[in-house]
Amino acid sequence: MTTLTDPPQESFRLSQLIYDTRYRSMTIQIVALIGFLLLLGWLFGNTAQNLADLGKEPSFRFLGEPAGYDINQRLLEYNSQDTHLRAAFVGLLNTLVVAVLGCITATVLGVTIGVLRLSNNWVVSKLMMIYVETFRNVPVLLWIVFTMAIMIETMPAPRAFKGENPAAQMMLSDSVAVTNRGVYIPEPLFTNTLGDVHLLGAASMRFDVSLDLLALMLVLGASLWGASWFRKRADSIQELTGDRPKTWHVRLGLIVIPTAILLYALGFHLGYPELKGFNFKGGTHFRNSLIALWLALSLYTAAFIAEIVRAGILAIDHGQSEAAAALGLRPNRTMKLVILPQALRVIVPPMISNYLNLTKNSSLAIAVGYMDLTGTLMGITLNQTGRELETVLMTMMIYLAISLSISAVMNMYNNRVKMVER
Amino acid sequence: MSDISFVRTDMLPEQDPPASEVGALGWAKHNLFSGFFNSALTVFSVLGIYFVLASLVPWAWSPTWNATSLAECREILHELGRSGHFSGACWGVINDRWVQLFMGFYPSEYYWRPIAAFILLGVALAPVLYSDQVPAKMVWFSALYPFLMPWLLWGGSIWVPLMVLAGFVLAYVAYRFLFERASELIALIAGVLVAVIWWLVLMGPIAELLANIIPIGMEAVGSRKFGGMMLSLTIGVVAIGFSLPIGVVLALGRQSDLLIVKALCVGFIEFIRGVPLITLLFVASLLLNIFMPPGTNFDIILRVMIMMTLFSAAYMAEVIRGGLAALPKGQYEGADSLGLDYWQAQRLIIMPQALKISIPGIVSTFIGIFKDTTLVSIIGLLDVIGLASAIRADTAWNGIYWELFAFIAFLFFVVCFSMSRYSMYLERKLQTGHR
Repeated sequence: MTTLTDPPQESFRLSQLIYDTRYRSMTIQIVALIGFLLLLGWLFGNTAQNLADLGKEPSFRFLGEPAGYDINQRLLEYNSQDTHLRAAFVGLLNTLVVAVLGCITATVLGVTIGVLRLSNNWVVSKLMMIYVETFRNVPVLLWIVFTMAIMIETMPAPRAFKGENPAAQMMLSDSVAVTNRGVYIPEPLFTNTLGDVHLLGAASMRFDVSLDLLALMLVLGASLWGASWFRKRADSIQELTGDRPKTWHVRLGLIVIPTAILLYALGFHLGYPELKGFNFKGGTHFRNSLIALWLALSLYTAAFIAEIVRAGILAIDHGQSEAAAALGLRPNRTMKLVILPQALRVIVPPMISNYLNLTKNSSLAIAVGYMDLTGTLMGITLNQTGRELETVLMTMMIYLAISLSISAVMNMYNNRVKMVER
Repeated sequence: MSDISFVRTDMLPEQDPPASEVGALGWAKHNLFSGFFNSALTVFSVLGIYFVLASLVPWAWSPTWNATSLAECREILHELGRSGHFSGACWGVINDRWVQLFMGFYPSEYYWRPIAAFILLGVALAPVLYSDQVPAKMVWFSALYPFLMPWLLWGGSIWVPLMVLAGFVLAYVAYRFLFERASELIALIAGVLVAVIWWLVLMGPIAELLANIIPIGMEAVGSRKFGGMMLSLTIGVVAIGFSLPIGVVLALGRQSDLLIVKALCVGFIEFIRGVPLITLLFVASLLLNIFMPPGTNFDIILRVMIMMTLFSAAYMAEVIRGGLAALPKGQYEGADSLGLDYWQAQRLIIMPQALKISIPGIVSTFIGIFKDTTLVSIIGLLDVIGLASAIRADTAWNGIYWELFAFIAFLFFVVCFSMSRYSMYLERKLQTGHR
């Protein structure tokens, strides 16, 4: 006979924390957390001690003080009596301007170059390969200072446009002037302007919204919505009867006519840049620094985008286009309905990281004196107030917020185009 | 039987293909002029190439190698009947300053030290790069190199790097000693403790004592003397070397099931990747000393190296995570079924494959880091781009741009292009899968 014995009583021993897999992961995590908190505490303690020794208690009060410096390229109205906070805000908008412009041109250029690199034409594909290798293997900072040097050193001075036989001439029937002080293009003007709305009164974050622009955007949005509604109606007629009514002329009219009427009512005209004295007056002035930064970032990023596009197109199996041809799709429909949707899945994620890289690289503006967020908050504001901890951390947080929101938006798009897996 | 009047019994001889389909002509027809659009593209590209070369070649072909100032260049060109702003390049500036562009302000009598450091770097990398062609014992030299390189570059007493090395040796001795007598964990903790105590408390006085008794050393060279390509290479090599192991650890942390460890790793990686490098360099130049205990004041290049390493480690972690994610789950399960523990599985099965998959990404991160070392010119270090501005500030070379830019671009192109070609070679060599 055997007697059943009770299983041995589970008793918790301290060594189980290390040797028992049930507890070990918890132990490691708690040790890691304690280590991290200790490190953080140590850093905070040191910082507080150092700042107290320097007599610089952390404070963000400097943001409300007058900045006292000018920002030459800006979207918002700003003068040197405005606060540091507003200067940073103007700088932030400048960062976004160059990032958006750069992303657009880099995409257009990059896609073109990527497609041309796959061309059967030997000369063109080799030329594109040279472009890609040259731009990818040289630092972007060098490209930025190089483009800036081209803008300053090789473009004609405004006075070269003077006189009977000027050495330089304006382009596009006297509307665009490329000078060594920047590029002047015509500006949109309204005779019967609706004026501006002043948001937030006179606060440092005040924001003037042009009612003309707002009205234009409203009308254009409504027209686009109407056009898309008209197209949907045509779709449903096609579903019912099999005939597709011709829609393009109505849609075009729906978009163009209301906008044209509004523009006429507002008295829209272009203000051309003109040479007055030793400089150009009127028109919109893009400074050299903006042009150089924009061009260099676009050309540099385009080389990376070209490679991504090429890889994305090469990743699509040849059988896909053959199958589409077997179904009787025409080449452009094949591209639109079969190849592109699949290639986009491969292309979009690395494209997102390149847009992020471009946005972050725009901080190199400080090398050419373009007043972006780095140039204002982490540049002159830092130098004037001596608040290095606050300004640098603020700049980092703003860039982090920009990066995270770009990647959030682009990930949403990526989720829409990515493959639905079963 | 019907009468067949004619049956051919032998084959007709092969005819030559049409002349327009073979040879250079056929190639050109198929590749360059296969249609209207293609022909137009060819013509435009050839015209474009012609215009670029027609303006660049005469400019670059300019006998100004021995000129000692921009004015002298202009004189030489003027005597040749070439005048105007872009009549010719002034290569004299490269002849005059190329040594400085490579070495910065490093004392010229010690130029052999950085040169030796970088040649020995090649030797130390050989076991990694050409593992099948060099004896395996060379790994010992690679392990010693991290202590040799700082001594060669910065100089000073030889006892400092030796004592740092001794810390590792002591830690290992303590680990082995306790490993046989107590548990593995206690041995590990003891090893780390011994090393930390040695470095923080004992190392300084002992190194000083030894340096007084047996003064072996080289003339110390301050960080402010570093510059040019040498500075970029030093920062780049250190950041690349340290970021790979840190990146592996971060990637493993991000993939792990431990919630807190994972959160810490994700937070670190996303923070670093979300901010521009230039802000991190500002942290290095302005804030890092504030974060340290009062009275610490360590070298600007060291601070830059720390921030560059952290920066590249975050990018490296994401590249390696991609490699880890690309491994089939069966590999992890296979390792488990063999009874390997976590670290054994990582070392023997997971990492070799994951790293192989991520070679292209790792190398392009390396190239990125090396290019990003130019950003140090913004916080006032004199790398090649910083030196270019310094040279321009000299009255002899005031107003010189293109020659310097071309030379710097050429240097970077050579280094980065060869790195990318090497990664392609490595990919092919390690390609053991069947496709």
